[in-house]
Amino acid sequence: MGEVKGGRVQAGTFEQVVLPHLDAAYNLARWLVRNSHDAEDVVQEAYLRAFKFFGGYQGGDARAWVLRIVRNTCYSFFEKNRPAELAEQFDEEIHTAGPEQPSTETELLRSADSRMLRDALSELPVSFREVLVLRELEGMSYKEIAEIMSVPIGTVMSGLARGRAQLRERLLRVRAEGERRALRK
Amino acid sequence: MPCENNERLLHGYFDGELDLVRSIEFEEHLKTCVDCARGLHELQDLRESLRAANLRQRASEALRSRIRAALPVDARPQPIAPPRRPMLEWFAAAAAILIAIFLAGKLLPNIGGQKPNLVAEEIVASHIRSLQPGHLLDVESTDQHTVKPWFDGKLDFAPPVIDLASKGYPLVGGRLDYLGHRNVGALVYQRRKHLINVFVWPEELGAAKLPELQTMQGYNLIFWSYHGMYFCAVSDLNAAELHQFAQLLEQ
Repeated sequence: MGEVKGGRVQAGTFEQVVLPHLDAAYNLARWLVRNSHDAEDVVQEAYLRAFKFFGGYQGGDARAWVLRIVRNTCYSFFEKNRPAELAEQFDEEIHTAGPEQPSTETELLRSADSRMLRDALSELPVSFREVLVLRELEGMSYKEIAEIMSVPIGTVMSGLARGRAQLRERLLRVRAEGERRALRK
Repeated sequence: MPCENNERLLHGYFDGELDLVRSIEFEEHLKTCVDCARGLHELQDLRESLRAANLRQRASEALRSRIRAALPVDARPQPIAPPRRPMLEWFAAAAAILIAIFLAGKLLPNIGGQKPNLVAEEIVASHIRSLQPGHLLDVESTDQHTVKPWFDGKLDFAPPVIDLASKGYPLVGGRLDYLGHRNVGALVYQRRKHLINVFVWPEELGAAKLPELQTMQGYNLIFWSYHGMYFCAVSDLNAAELHQFAQLLEQ
């Protein structure tokens, strides 16, 4: 801290522009690093970075600006502490093959309870998790998500398609496991 | 599963991200493709479940305080609202404003209200301030018949209040705000996670030639007038949707 060039950061402005997005920042970090302790550390680190870079903030969507920093901070955290997490996304195909149960799946998706959904979402590879969190929980547009993840809009679209398909497969699998357990009892 | 060729399009359509032409094309495709039609239903169900599960995590107060404490002193909030100022400073400011208004009245008798940009700046400042914790709503209700009567006796005009939940812009509530040296009504709507403030004031506030659409500090502002009242919708929502919202309100 303290490296802010005099006069470039107007007092109060950082507070007005960046702090209102703290919940969004925490939500993204919490879903990416998957525990509250690390998420709080990542968000604090990201906010300090945001403060340093605030002189270069050109206006525009402040939430996307902050979330991009939060995301990058999460990835630095992964590189340093959990490199395996980043490797995970490459063997996703192994996990995707699941049973097809077309007759009841729609019903399942409607009735999936919050715990099932939370588990299924948090088990997705990080790249799908983040695109789904930004779209479904933060309600961001493809353009905003593309900006945050530094990828083309087409990548956002296919990431959502694959992420949602995987989420669906996982829900189906969890339900099938639950049924097997129920039968055994 | 949707048919293979159209999987990405299905998601783009579902998310409202296709342009008009591709959107119409895809609607044609939906009429004949059972797989895509079922895929669309599944996506809707999945989204409803995700909404109902309330998976969004909020920052703790402890984290909020930790971050505030870690910021250098000069980045912490300056007093924004007049009541927080020490009395003397407030009187000095008030006197300065009165003198300025008096001089402006003498020198520039033809300027009725504030300059458009000043109005826009005030609106953006009010919008940002309303997003700070605890400042958004005086009356919290999605019911227009609760929000509208709440303004009775608090304003010398009656802002029109309509709920647009069926159009995807649910009413959240309202509050009193202060713009251009007078009390104004503020209605709060929501679009996904974006909050929209609609400021309403009677025409005599001046500023007769406001631009229709303006962007300031990353926020979009749309101005219009109707039945002797002036409106400004402000939000970080994209300009196209904000425009659609303003048109719905105008109707």
